[in-house]
Amino acid sequence: MSDQNQIESLPFEKAIERLEEVVRLLEKGDVPLEEAIRLFDEGMKLAGACNQKLEWAEQQIEMLVQENGEWIRKPFLSEEELE
Amino acid sequence: MNIDIEREPWSVSKLVNYLRGTLELDDQLQKVWVEGEITNFTHHIRSGHMYFSLKDEQTQLKAVMFAGYNRRLRFTPKNGDRVVAKGKLSVYERDGQVQLYIHDLSLHGVGDLYVAFARLKEQLEEEGLFDPTKKKELPSYPYKIGVITSASGAAIRDIITTIKRRYPLVHVLLFPVSVQGKTAAKEVAKAIAMMNQLKEAEVLIVGRGGGSMEELWAFNEEIVVRSIFESEIPVISAVGHETDFTLSDFVADLRAATPTAAAELAVPHLEELKEKVTSLQKRLIHIQTTMISLWRDRVRQLLSRPIFQQPRARLEQYTQRIDYLHSDLTKAIEKRLKTHQHLLERLGEQLQRYQPQVTLSKQRERLTYLQKDLFRAIYRQVEEKQGKHLRLIDQLDALSPLKVMQRGYSLVYRFKQDELIQSVKQVQPGDLIRVRLSDGQLKCQIWGAKEDKDE
Repeated sequence: MSDQNQIESLPFEKAIERLEEVVRLLEKGDVPLEEAIRLFDEGMKLAGACNQKLEWAEQQIEMLVQENGEWIRKPFLSEEELE
Repeated sequence: MNIDIEREPWSVSKLVNYLRGTLELDDQLQKVWVEGEITNFTHHIRSGHMYFSLKDEQTQLKAVMFAGYNRRLRFTPKNGDRVVAKGKLSVYERDGQVQLYIHDLSLHGVGDLYVAFARLKEQLEEEGLFDPTKKKELPSYPYKIGVITSASGAAIRDIITTIKRRYPLVHVLLFPVSVQGKTAAKEVAKAIAMMNQLKEAEVLIVGRGGGSMEELWAFNEEIVVRSIFESEIPVISAVGHETDFTLSDFVADLRAATPTAAAELAVPHLEELKEKVTSLQKRLIHIQTTMISLWRDRVRQLLSRPIFQQPRARLEQYTQRIDYLHSDLTKAIEKRLKTHQHLLERLGEQLQRYQPQVTLSKQRERLTYLQKDLFRAIYRQVEEKQGKHLRLIDQLDALSPLKVMQRGYSLVYRFKQDELIQSVKQVQPGDLIRVRLSDGQLKCQIWGAKEDKDE
């Protein structure tokens, strides 16, 4: 779990859930030192990844449209964006 | 009724109590719809209960609507309002007053639509569609939100604006539907089912902006209410404004007064999340620091143990042992060395004996002896042979024909030939012969030959 790429590819909700879990585990206090250091490292990476995701969030807004009997997706643009 | 004769008179309490019992046993009176005009309206400020009377041309009836019910009213009743009330009939025992306990109230003008609404609501409620225990929990950090509303209404704009502001992480999937008109209910129900089939959105917002009761009607339709109930994806209803309640609102897992509110309920706030992440990060660092100092203390404590304090004490033991072993080793090596030295000396002596120079001079000596022997032997042999030779010469000399001839013998040869004539038959008279004597030769001619007969 502590691999940088793996962490960065986690969806935000998974990352923050794992971060909460890591903090909980560490706060329980019965983790062996090496494991604690590993968890800390993972936790910091998770926190970094979470912050980054929050900073760099790109929203995707799609609309389902029926064409020739099939449902397809199109980007949805609100009226302001269309103007 | 011959109370006077046959029974003890009842107390008022007993009678009122009996009356109440009778009313409450009557199913008809426990779910009653009454139409009338509001009069003597009082909204009790402290408790929030509403007290008033319903009247028509002939009579009036006391009524009460408790705060728990009137909170949901979509209008503020006032004297003179023509209303339809739903409730139960009972007795307020303190006053012996028959009263209508109102659960639901609507303006009379709404008419059949409202009655239909109330009936359906009651029916669905009985079926358990509004059961609070059936409500699903909303995801804390949804990845994708499904929105079922009109693509052109204010609702979708409000939702998108709100989500962008609060939590731009989330993806939005809009299922555009008509939110009013004949097909609206069907479309909404179908959209909910479709979203459940797609299984992409983790929460659904179903709704539209505010409107009249008629405009919101699709969200009161049974088909919509049931599809919301059946949705496996949690549904937030977002129909109209604060005072408009639809059946969709009752059945939804969460009710939002407006689409904006629905969006707010659907997603966490970005800033709050940032704060949360920061606080988690702080906790993480704090724990780490604490833990490391704890471990450091532990190490320090261990280091204060004698083994670390006087490491030499332990070492001295080993030093001594090493010294002993060293001297043992030296002794052993010396002993071994001595043994080998002896052996070496012995071998040296042996080798000396077989030194080639010694052998060589010995051999040379021997060679000299042998040479001398050889010479001696040769000389002896030569002498011997010389003696023998002389003897043989003497013998030979004795045997020489010359010696014989000296005694008077001669040899006869054919003249000018070496043929020795040994018989008279070899010669004819006239033949020339050569006669060899010891001191010279004679040339002779045969005159005659005579053979000895007696031999």
